[in-house]
Amino acid sequence: MDFKNLSITQLHQAYESGSASPVEVVEAYLQQARVSDLGTWVTLCEGRALRQAQEAYSRLEKNGRKIPVNEPLFGVPMGLKDNLCLKGVRTTCASKILENYIAPYTATSVERLEQAGAIILGKLNLDEFAMGGSNENSAFGPVKNPNDHTRVSGGSSGGAAASVKAGECLVSLGSDTGGSVRLPASYCGVVGFKPTYGRVSRSGLVAFASSLDQIGTFGKTVADAARVFEVISGPDSRDSTSAHKIPKADCSRVKIDFSKIRVGVPQEFLNQASVQPEVEQATQSMLEVLKKKGATVVPVSIPHLKYSISVYYIVAMSEASSNLSRYDGVRYGVRSASVDSAKNLQDFYEKNRRLFGAEVKRRILLGTFALSSGYADEYFKKACQVRRLIQQDFIRAFEKVDFLLSPVAPTTAFKLGEKSEDPLQMYLNDLYTIPANLVGLPALSLPWGEDTQGLPIGVHFLAATGKDESLLALASELEGSHS
Amino acid sequence: MIILYGPEKNYEAVIGLEVHSQLATETKIFCGCRAKPLPGVSVADVVSNSHTCPLCAGHPGTLPVLNKKAVEFAVLAGLATHCKIRSNSVFARKNYFYPDLPKGYQISQFDLPICEGGYLEIPVGTVLKRIGINRIHLEEDAGKNRHGPGQSLVNLNRAGVPLIEIVSEPELRSPEEAGTYLRALHAIVTALEISDGNMQEGNFRCDANVSVRLKGAAQFGTRVEVKNVNSFRFVEKAIEFEIARQIGVISTGGSIVQETRTFDSDRGVTITMRTKEEAEDYRYFPDPDLLPVILDSNWIESLKARIPELPAQKLKRYVGDWGLSDYDAEVITSTHEWSRLFEGAVRHLETLGTDVREGAKPVANFITGEVARLSKEQGKSEESSRLTAIHLAEVTRLSLEGAISSNAAKQILQIAWKTGDSISIIVDREGFKQVSDVQALEAIVAQVMEKFPSQVAELKNGKDKVIGFLVGQAMKASSGKGNPALFQKIFIERSRS
Repeated sequence: MDFKNLSITQLHQAYESGSASPVEVVEAYLQQARVSDLGTWVTLCEGRALRQAQEAYSRLEKNGRKIPVNEPLFGVPMGLKDNLCLKGVRTTCASKILENYIAPYTATSVERLEQAGAIILGKLNLDEFAMGGSNENSAFGPVKNPNDHTRVSGGSSGGAAASVKAGECLVSLGSDTGGSVRLPASYCGVVGFKPTYGRVSRSGLVAFASSLDQIGTFGKTVADAARVFEVISGPDSRDSTSAHKIPKADCSRVKIDFSKIRVGVPQEFLNQASVQPEVEQATQSMLEVLKKKGATVVPVSIPHLKYSISVYYIVAMSEASSNLSRYDGVRYGVRSASVDSAKNLQDFYEKNRRLFGAEVKRRILLGTFALSSGYADEYFKKACQVRRLIQQDFIRAFEKVDFLLSPVAPTTAFKLGEKSEDPLQMYLNDLYTIPANLVGLPALSLPWGEDTQGLPIGVHFLAATGKDESLLALASELEGSHS
Repeated sequence: MIILYGPEKNYEAVIGLEVHSQLATETKIFCGCRAKPLPGVSVADVVSNSHTCPLCAGHPGTLPVLNKKAVEFAVLAGLATHCKIRSNSVFARKNYFYPDLPKGYQISQFDLPICEGGYLEIPVGTVLKRIGINRIHLEEDAGKNRHGPGQSLVNLNRAGVPLIEIVSEPELRSPEEAGTYLRALHAIVTALEISDGNMQEGNFRCDANVSVRLKGAAQFGTRVEVKNVNSFRFVEKAIEFEIARQIGVISTGGSIVQETRTFDSDRGVTITMRTKEEAEDYRYFPDPDLLPVILDSNWIESLKARIPELPAQKLKRYVGDWGLSDYDAEVITSTHEWSRLFEGAVRHLETLGTDVREGAKPVANFITGEVARLSKEQGKSEESSRLTAIHLAEVTRLSLEGAISSNAAKQILQIAWKTGDSISIIVDREGFKQVSDVQALEAIVAQVMEKFPSQVAELKNGKDKVIGFLVGQAMKASSGKGNPALFQKIFIERSRS
């Protein structure tokens, strides 16, 4: 049986019919992972996963070969982006500075996955500390695009996206701070979903930019990505920014009536010179499909949209410069071999923190600058104020529409090495995805055809805060409608 | 009244104090680790890094969760010092690198602290002077480094313990005022029971900001910060030294460098720690992992009701209603434990039939005398004492009745302090009962007078000094049990007859 192309529902049917068993399935996926040349995995937890598969099998048999009702992810082989803590397992964040770090606790979202029966195959490659858009910034090598090995997978959750596309795991968890789930989803051709800020606990997600980070889900279908979201969602007392007033997600409650739906493309996103024609066409074709199904297309404007990239980078880098201060080699992580010869404390810090990659250093320095005395008002404080204006623009926009539409990225996957010379070029790639993080909106990348070279294109959807279930329901209806 | 310094008495001192007081919560401010040792264990005996978890050790992916009790305690401190309590306060990150700071930033408060604009009234001479309190804010403590040859050891037990930082306005004008302010603040936090206030153990720390200016000058001079002073007395001495040093520098044509200095208590001097050029830029910004603290006015009101009678009010009552001297009242109210001991003893005496005004003074004497001496000798706070108000009341009563001598009283208190045994048991077991039976005493006096005829003759001739010797002999003969005052009376009577 080819387990690679099963959905979660189909997998569960196979378990119940006896045509597959958890151990077989996990072994098949592990084998894919072992022989992968995509650079997707940092650590494989083979013994652990097979043990969990054995236990799952026992539970299944004891339950009369019925999937236990409280385990919606029973026996589902999963990967975790390597910035999520799993107790007893290496958590590297794709950085030399944490190369030997064994997490002493498990992230809340991962705990919830395991309680729901998921089987963790291992930790997936990423851009170092989630900083990057192509997964070329990993200390352990880049992640290649499964559709074309000469191209990038996209980042920073490159491993999480590519592994699902390549059948190395069925679903995966990534993280999204400025587009790091949606962009690789688009480049690789899978569904990538970022929840409303606060609906998934950040406890155990290694922080990059605290007010922007969210854990996101990848699947080949919307239903799979949605089910993982349901399992990990819900308030968590360990995360003070967790949305205590929004309950655990339940995607079964929402039905889409297209005749009542209003969609729009922010006019500030139209007529961007750098957009690849096929990407432009994909957005247009999506609008056509929506109209055909009965939705109304409404003009909509986000006046302060043009400031998003600047605002994002100032806020993200500032928060990151502070969040990464703890990596000093004192309590955990790597102490550079030359440290014992450190002349003094300053020297000790320099020798250890030298282990950060170039992009991480760049962001720490820029973030420190933006917060420093004499500049903080002009940069950080100003960026926070403009962020509010952007947020207000979106609140107004969502009075006129239910969903916003745009490309996910200006182009399809570019060649490895093509953009690594100019960091600024890389930053501009995020223009469509960043606003969702600035405002905390749920957002999704839905695969929508390919370009003339066969490279996947994703279409980007945004909904209002808390409307995750509606967004997933809409995407589910549209899935597969691309002609 | 302006206090002036310098050889020509033409300089004024300007002092502001920043006090960091640990809060006596069970757990740390942002995680569930113990904030203080188990009962009976001293801070120094806790195994290093045994009160830590991934959060307070700054591991990746951990997030702070605010301890409500810490907020409560901070608000109580603000209410007791007449501060405005902010209904909306914010935590901010103070960023700097040091091995005892696990996250590379301290979570503190910057723009919007929890309390602002209060004051404390302190006695200066015969008047009450109002010292403004600029702000009180919440923050987390750092760990502790121990430096040795070729290595430094980091202990994170203290990292994450809640602190309140109380910042005074620069309205203190002398080392004595500073000492008084500090003691008053200490008495308040201990009376509120929000802090153990032990300076030696580091849970009540003081930094002093000192500058000087010519009498009548409108501007403040350049100020110097003095840190790491761990007793009230040393704070006063450090400030005294600093004032003199600064005057010395200015009056010989130099200028004060704005810097941080530390106090060398052995030599009694302040020395440079770091200068402004090396001063840190803390890059404060609101902590995105924590929400603003929104306080309900009803909740704040309910806390007001929990504030006990504070030292200043007790002092008024002890002096006005119970007839204590200002000095005795100040000493007793300066320490929360002593206030409790004092009131408990006086009230218990009342139940035994002694009027409060009669019992207050003797009890006060015992406290300012023997109890104070024992506290100092034992080094620690009253935790190590098993002395209770009942002990004190009973000793006082026996003393008032003349049943025990004042020496015996001291010894009994020492034993009670150590063992906690009841007074009657101690008195019986050690045989402290003083003999006041006049007949028995007269017999002893007669014996002594026979033994020392020349001294008796001197006494008859008006040499009063010899009475001490005779009473001493009588005490010896009675194995210390005789009532010395009575002995003296009998000797005098006999010598006149």
